[in-house]
Amino acid sequence: MSRIGQRFKQLEEQSRVALIPFVTAGDPNPAITVPLMHAMVEAGADIIELGVPFSDPMADGPVIQRASERALEHGISLRDVLGMVSQFRASDTTTPVVLMGYLNPVEVMGYEAFAEAAAEAGVDGLLTVDLPPEEADDLLAAIKPKGIDPIFLIAPTTTDERMQRICDAASGFVYYVSVKGITGASHLAIGEVAAKTAQIRKHTTLPVGVGFGISSAEKAQAVAQVGDAVIVGSVLVKRIEELNERPDEIAPAIAQILSAMRQAIDLV
Amino acid sequence: MPTEKPIDFTNMPDQRGHFGPYGGLFVSETLMEPLDELREAYEKYMQDETFLAELDADLANYVGRPSPVYHAERLSRENGGAQIYLKREDLNHTGAHKVNNTIGQALLAKRMGKQRIIAETGAGQHGVATATVAARLGLECVVYMGAVDIARQEANVYRMKLLGARVEAVESGSKTLKDALNEAMRDWVTNVDNTFYIIGTVAGPHPYPAMVRDFQAIIGREAREQMQHQTGALPDALVACVGGGSNAIGLFYPFLNDTSVNIFGVEAAGAGLDSGQHAAPLCAGTPGVLHGNRTYLMEDPNGQIIETHSISAGLDYPGVGPEHAWLKDIGRAQYVAATDDEALAAFHTLTRVEGIIPALESSHAIAYALKLAREMDVNQTILVNLSGRGDKDMHTVAALDGLKL
Repeated sequence: MSRIGQRFKQLEEQSRVALIPFVTAGDPNPAITVPLMHAMVEAGADIIELGVPFSDPMADGPVIQRASERALEHGISLRDVLGMVSQFRASDTTTPVVLMGYLNPVEVMGYEAFAEAAAEAGVDGLLTVDLPPEEADDLLAAIKPKGIDPIFLIAPTTTDERMQRICDAASGFVYYVSVKGITGASHLAIGEVAAKTAQIRKHTTLPVGVGFGISSAEKAQAVAQVGDAVIVGSVLVKRIEELNERPDEIAPAIAQILSAMRQAIDLV
Repeated sequence: MPTEKPIDFTNMPDQRGHFGPYGGLFVSETLMEPLDELREAYEKYMQDETFLAELDADLANYVGRPSPVYHAERLSRENGGAQIYLKREDLNHTGAHKVNNTIGQALLAKRMGKQRIIAETGAGQHGVATATVAARLGLECVVYMGAVDIARQEANVYRMKLLGARVEAVESGSKTLKDALNEAMRDWVTNVDNTFYIIGTVAGPHPYPAMVRDFQAIIGREAREQMQHQTGALPDALVACVGGGSNAIGLFYPFLNDTSVNIFGVEAAGAGLDSGQHAAPLCAGTPGVLHGNRTYLMEDPNGQIIETHSISAGLDYPGVGPEHAWLKDIGRAQYVAATDDEALAAFHTLTRVEGIIPALESSHAIAYALKLAREMDVNQTILVNLSGRGDKDMHTVAALDGLKL
């Protein structure tokens, strides 16, 4: 079983919901990322989603776009991100790491070369937001044998038929996008999320993570009642941006937000 | 002796939008269903006689089609070599080929019950063509345009506003066409229930590359008949400029199975292909995935999209339509490039010798056609797509002469 699978199994045994923070690798500078990952684990993160910066992040709102731009100013490449994961793995062998980004950096590196290097670095999952399962056969054939879970998105617009196709292609967990829109959106409707997660569970036994628009401990708590994992990104990345000039304060500030969310989720 | 069946170059893409390894559907999950609805509506209405009759009537009476094919006799004589013919898309309403497509997509939007239209634009030509049809059909219209492009295309920005469109300045990334496209996609994913996204070129996720081609193919269908009528034969060569590639595919597509016709797409070489300052992904780029499709891109070794350069804002795009990528690989079309300087020289030549002021985009095609003609026989013919008129470029050209208009 993959590290992601094991982590969800443990959480299920403890009747707990996973907390999955997202940060962009190399934002606002490359040195901060690995210590920040450790700090997030200490603050209660169960899985870490590490953003691979891309020049054209079509599915992201302004907050995560700017994070990509800050990281790219330091020339952060996919290989650099893999280097960070491998550094993180040197002292944390249990917390799963999922890379989240766009297909092109992986495509240009080559699927086989990526799968090899990512497995070697200790990557557990890959979510490429612009790659639907219909186009994913070759990438899946490269990463699955290396034990890397392909994570796919399910959206409010996804039909039952597509839901089945997505669940069949995915492993680790599936990621329900809780709003029609981009990351950092503000109009999260919890009733709709509850209905959709229930619908997804008819298609799969995989854990269902919920993300997009979860900006507070209260929203995290509400989502924890219907999902198996709460995924938070923009609220953290926004804080990183605010502390751009004072990088020493970033890890404690992020830990503070996550601790509050952790407590709220654990009350469920 | 078994006869080899000729290849049909016109039966692409496949059901999921692939042109060989290119094209496809690379978007976030939220857009998969809306794109499927669009594909279904498009396939349905392209078989619907009422829809097609309405489209034809608009193309005739609103756009002014058919556009003429003009034998540039004096230009051909002074240049030497092959006879140059111009397909006059510059004479269309709004001054370029762009309107052929926006008319078609806006009629489709109306049929699908969408009340709000969005578009991306670089130079502003597609934005103007979209705002124009939105005004005519009474649809709300928002156009995304990079802040850098807004600054260099003031006249078109004002034109869109006069037409009732809202122009949204895009401040992310390089603040040019590619970023405008990103922003339009973000709008679409958020407002997908009531919004139709009119993409201006033959790129993007399926069905856009095929749909935009089919709306633009009127150019080649008309020209194929006009050339036969005027010269008694098909042209020996076709030449068109390629940014995203919509005017080029519009001209090329109806000729793809006429294998006696040589086909040339002309990319923007900017300051020269060796300088790195260009917008020529087919000539000097590598395959990758951007904006919903796999195609040739201007990208760095890490897969980040790099900034492009061309004197013509309409060619200043790091990708290219996937059908062109495929035509290049299979060798049915050849892709070449013209520099800023070559395009400018051609701009002045056509203006002075024929009294036709071409768009800087189309000037790239003229530049290559002049070169090609000199290598050909005087009895041979070249058909060039004069995709737009140069009025919008007066500021750019005047600035190079040290003038401010």
